[in-house]
Amino acid sequence: MDQLSSLVTEAERAIEEAGDVQSLDALRVHYLGKKGELTAQLKTLGKLPAEDRPKAGEAINKAKQTLSTRIDEKKQTLESAALNERLASERVDVTLPGRSGPQGGLHPVTKTLERIENLFTHIGYSVAEGPEIEDDFHNFEALNIPSHHPARAMHDTFYFDASRLLRTHTSPVQIRTMASQEPPVRIVCPGRVYRCDSDLTHSPMFHQVEGLLVDENVSFADLKGTVEAFLRAFFEKDELDVRFRPSYFPFTEPSAEVDVQCVMCLGDGCRVCSHTGWLEVMGCGMVHPEVFRHAGVDASRFSGFAFGMGAERLAMLRYGVNDLRLFFENDLRFLRQFQ
Amino acid sequence: MKVSEKWLREWVSPALDTQALADQITMAGLEVDGIEPACPAFSGVVVAHVVEVSPHPDADKLNVCQVDTGSERVQVVCGARNIAAGQRIAFATVGAVLPGDFKIKKAKLRGVESRGMVCAASELGLEEGSSDGILVLPETAPVGEDFRTWLDLDDSVIEVDLTPNRGDCLSVRGIAREVGVLNRLGVTAPEMADAPTTLDERPTVELAATDLCPHYLSRIVKGVDVSAPTPLWMQERLRRAGLRSIDIVVDVTNYVLLELGQPLHAFDFEAISGGIQIRRAQAGESLELLGGQKVDLRDDTLIIADDSGPLAIAGIMGGASSGVTEKTASVLLEAAFFTPLAIAGRARSYGLHTDASHRFERGVDPGQTEQAMMRASSLLVQYAGGQAGPIVSAGGRDETARVIELSAERIERTLGVALPEWEVVDILTRLGMTVHAEGNAQWRVDVPSWRFDISIDADLIEELARVYGYNNMPVRHPAMDMAPVVRNEAVISDRTLRDRLVDLGYQEAITYSFISSELQHQFHPDAVSPELLNPISSDMAVMRSTLWPGLIKTLQHNLNRQQSRVRLFEIGQVFNGSLDALSQDKRLGGLIYGSRHPEDWFNRSGEVDFFDIKADVEAIMALGGERQWRFVQCEHSTLHPGQSAQILDGETPIGWVGALHPSITQALGLKSNVFVFELDYSSVTMRRVPSFEPLSRYPEVRRDLAIVVDERVVLSDITDAIATVAGEWLVDWRLFDVYQGKGVEPGSKSLAIGLTWQHPSRTLNDDEVSQWVSAIIETLEDRFEASLRR
Repeated sequence: MDQLSSLVTEAERAIEEAGDVQSLDALRVHYLGKKGELTAQLKTLGKLPAEDRPKAGEAINKAKQTLSTRIDEKKQTLESAALNERLASERVDVTLPGRSGPQGGLHPVTKTLERIENLFTHIGYSVAEGPEIEDDFHNFEALNIPSHHPARAMHDTFYFDASRLLRTHTSPVQIRTMASQEPPVRIVCPGRVYRCDSDLTHSPMFHQVEGLLVDENVSFADLKGTVEAFLRAFFEKDELDVRFRPSYFPFTEPSAEVDVQCVMCLGDGCRVCSHTGWLEVMGCGMVHPEVFRHAGVDASRFSGFAFGMGAERLAMLRYGVNDLRLFFENDLRFLRQFQ
Repeated sequence: MKVSEKWLREWVSPALDTQALADQITMAGLEVDGIEPACPAFSGVVVAHVVEVSPHPDADKLNVCQVDTGSERVQVVCGARNIAAGQRIAFATVGAVLPGDFKIKKAKLRGVESRGMVCAASELGLEEGSSDGILVLPETAPVGEDFRTWLDLDDSVIEVDLTPNRGDCLSVRGIAREVGVLNRLGVTAPEMADAPTTLDERPTVELAATDLCPHYLSRIVKGVDVSAPTPLWMQERLRRAGLRSIDIVVDVTNYVLLELGQPLHAFDFEAISGGIQIRRAQAGESLELLGGQKVDLRDDTLIIADDSGPLAIAGIMGGASSGVTEKTASVLLEAAFFTPLAIAGRARSYGLHTDASHRFERGVDPGQTEQAMMRASSLLVQYAGGQAGPIVSAGGRDETARVIELSAERIERTLGVALPEWEVVDILTRLGMTVHAEGNAQWRVDVPSWRFDISIDADLIEELARVYGYNNMPVRHPAMDMAPVVRNEAVISDRTLRDRLVDLGYQEAITYSFISSELQHQFHPDAVSPELLNPISSDMAVMRSTLWPGLIKTLQHNLNRQQSRVRLFEIGQVFNGSLDALSQDKRLGGLIYGSRHPEDWFNRSGEVDFFDIKADVEAIMALGGERQWRFVQCEHSTLHPGQSAQILDGETPIGWVGALHPSITQALGLKSNVFVFELDYSSVTMRRVPSFEPLSRYPEVRRDLAIVVDERVVLSDITDAIATVAGEWLVDWRLFDVYQGKGVEPGSKSLAIGLTWQHPSRTLNDDEVSQWVSAIIETLEDRFEASLRR
C-alpha cells in the first residue's frame, strides 16, 4: 500500500509539473492507460489474500480517480493558459484601416436630381427624358414662344442652324410626352439644359427638373399643394413658408414664381437671400391652352400644371455650396464631400 | 423700368410706405428689383443767389463771390468758370454734409476767407462723373429754401423688373393704374392740354402699310429753340428713371415716353424732303442711324421715309440725317401706333434695342396716341417755344375692343376655387375691362386697349388670380389613381448602376457637353458632330462625340491638384453625325489612373492595368445577369492596339475598353497609362429577368486540361471551340492558370482550364466524359495546334 501512495505522490508531482497538454496526455497513458502503472497495480490484486482484495481494489480505484481528476484539472489550466497566450499573440490594432478600397461617390447635382425624382416617383410620377439638341418647334413654338416673342431674349439660346439648338429648358420633353401619350400624364423631366451665358452665377450648361401633371380637373390649387409639399419635403422642413408670386412664362397661365423662406437664415435676412428673407426657387403655372393645342391635348377636357427648377440652385441651398462653378470643375476634393 | 415714387404718387398714392408699396406690386407680378434713394444723403444745401463775383486777388482761376443764402450774406471762393452774378445756385453752407460724408467748413483759399461751397450737380449726386461747372438753377428758384425740399430729392426710385407680357406697365401711368387696381383707388392723370395750334402748315403723310402701322400722327412745330434749358424738375424725373438729359426736344419726347409709355420721335423738319411715307423698306435701302451705325434694311422692316429715302426705322431708331441738332429750328413730331408684330424681333435682328422698340414690341396703347402727341407738343412749346401746326392723322384707331367669353365654371376649374361673381366683376372692372353679364354666371368682357397680353379666357383668369392674390387661393393635393405603375424588371435603374460604380470606387463627374474641336479630334479624328454657331468660347464649340475628352480633362485637372489615384465615371449624351442624321445617345464612360489600391499599410502596390478596368466593366455587366458580352480584340484610333477591346452584345457593338493610346497620353503629358471604357447606356441597363431551372441531384464531373498554344491565340477562341464539342452538359469552365516560362517553349503559352459537366437527370459516366475530353483535345490540336502539357 505504501507503494501505491508513493506512486500517487509521484504521479501528482509529475502532473503538477507537466508543461503542456501533450506531456499531460503522456502521463495519463503512463499511469492510467491499459499498460499504465495503476492498471498494473490492479493486476496485482489477485496475488493478495481474498479478504484484502476489496480494500486494496478500492484504494487503487480511488487513486485512479484522484489522478484522473488531477489530470483533468491540470489540462483545463493548461488549455486556458494556451488560449490566453494565443489571444495575446493574436491581438491587432483595431484602429488600423481596413483592407477594402475607398468608395466613390455621386456628383452633388446627381444626388439632387435623384432626390427630386424620388419625391415625385414615389407619388406616381414617371421620369421622362429627351434629346438635348432640339428643334425650334419643341423648344419654343410648341411652348407658345413664337420666333419674334420678346421672351426669346430671356433664353440666350445656343444655335446650330436656323432651327436647331441646344434646349434651353427640359420643357420640350413635356411636349414630346404629351404628344405621344394620352392623359393622365404625370412626369418629371430631369436633364441638362443650355444657355449662352457664363459668369459667376450663370453656367452655360446646367440642370433642370420640370414636372407636368395633366388630367381632368387639375387646378391651380393642386399646383400650389404639390409645389408646397415638394419644397417642404426637399428641404425637410414641415413649417417652411412658401409663397407664390405672379409671373410670366409663355407656356403657363396663370404663372408663378415660387419663393421659400430662406433656408439659411429662416427668414431673418442674410447674404444668401439678399436680406429679403425669401429665396426664389422655382417657376410654375397652369399649362397654357396654346401648349395643349400644339401637343394635341384636348383643353376642353383636360387641364394641367407644370413646374420647373434648377438643380444646381437647389443643390447649393441644400448643401451650402457657394460657387456655381464648382459643380463643373469636378475637383475630387469637392466631389468627395458629397460621398 | 425705374419709377420715381413721388412721381407715381402724383397719379395714385395709397397709404403704404415705400417698402409696403414695393411688396404689394411684387406680389401682384410686377417684381421690384430694388429700391434706391433718388439721390445720396446730404444736408445744409440751400437755394442761394449770387450777388457779386470778383476775381481772386492771388489766383487766376478762382473767383470771390458774395452769396445771399436767404438768411445771410456770405463770402465764398469758387473755381467754376460758369459762375456769374445774378444766378440762383445750390449752396452748401458751413456745417453742410455732402455725399461721401464731405463736411463743409470755414476755410481760407489763398488768403481769402470762404464760408461754404457752390455745388455742382455731381457733388450732390445728381449727375454721374464730374459736372462741367456749377449747377445753375432757374431764376424762379426760391432763395433760402432747402435744396432737397425744393427739388423733392427725398424720393425713392423703385426699379420694377417687368415680364414681357406687361408692356402696359412701362410708364408711370401704367404702374399707377396697377397700384390703383390693387388699392381700389382712382388714378389721377396730370392736366394735359394741347399746344395751341398757331400754324397752318401740315406735313404730307402717305401711310402705305396700315397693317404694320394702323395709325400715324404727325405735326410740325416751327421756331423751336433747341438750346432752351430743360426744366430742372423734368431733368430730375428723367434722371431718376435712368435717362440722361440731352436737349429740350429729346427730353420732352423721353418725358412723355416715361409718363405715358408712348414712344415719340422728333425729326428735323428742314432735313425732310417732300412728304413722309410709312412703308416697308426696299431691298438695297440703307440708313445711317442716330448712333452713327449704318444698317442695310431688309424688306420686312417698316420705315419712315421721305422722297429721298429712309429717315428712320419705325418704332426703333431715327436716322442721323434727320435727327434734331443744335441748329434745328423746326421739328416734325411723330406719335404712332406700330403693331407689336411690326417691331417684334426687328430691333434685335439689327443688333439694336431701344426704349421705343422695347415698348412697341410689347404693345403700346393705341388709345393714347393722340394724347401723347398733344402732351409732347404742349411741353415742347412751353419750354422751347415755337408754333405748332395741326395734328395730321393718317390711318385711324381701331375702336373695336377685343371681346372674351368667360364663365364661372372655367374660373373654378382652373383655379380650384369659386370666386364670388361680384368679385369677378369687380376685379375685371378695376382692371379697366367692361364686363357684360350674360346670365348663368357667364360674362362677355371687353379688353382695354392697353392690355395686349389678354386675348383668351385663361388670360382673364390669370388676372383674377393675380389681383385676388395667389396666396389667398386654396391649397389642395391632386387626387390620383392608386393603380400600380408598371416598372420593368428587365431595366436596371440608374440608381443601381451608379451605385455599382460608386462601390467600385468611381467618382461621378459631370463635364460639359461641348468641347474644343482640337480635343475632339485628338480623341476622335473622324468625328462628325454638330458645331455651335454662337459658342461661348472655342473651348466649348463642338458637341462631344465621346465622353472620354471630358473625363481626361477632369483627370488632368485633378492630377494638377496632387491627386494621384483617380477613378471617374460620367453618364451623358454624346452626339454623332450631322444635324440631319444625328444620333444623340446616352453613354456611360469611365476612366482609371494611378495605383490599383490607395496607398495603404498592406503594401498592396502596382499600377492599374487592362484587367482592372475590364473587371469593372464585367462588374457592370454582372448587373445584367448571365448575359453573353464578348470582348473582341480590335483597333480603335484612341486606344492602345494591343490593349483594347470592342465589347459586343451578341453581334451588336456596345462599347470599348482599353488603354489610351500611348501617343495621346504622351501628348497630354500623362506619366502613367490611362484606362478607359465607354458603353452604350441602354445596353448596360438591360438585365435578364431570372427564370428558374430545376436543380440537378446528380454529381458534377470535373476534368482539368493544360494545353500549350501559340501565345497569339486568344482564350475566347479556345473556349468557343471547346463549347462546340463539349456536349450539351458542360455547365461551367474556369481558366485557372496562364503560364509562360521554363518548361514552355518561347512564343507559346500554357493555359489550364477546368471543365465541369453535370446532367440534370442522371449520373454521367466516365466514358462519356472521357469522350468529350478527347473530342476537345482533338479539336484544339486541329484548330490551334495545341498540345497537352504533361
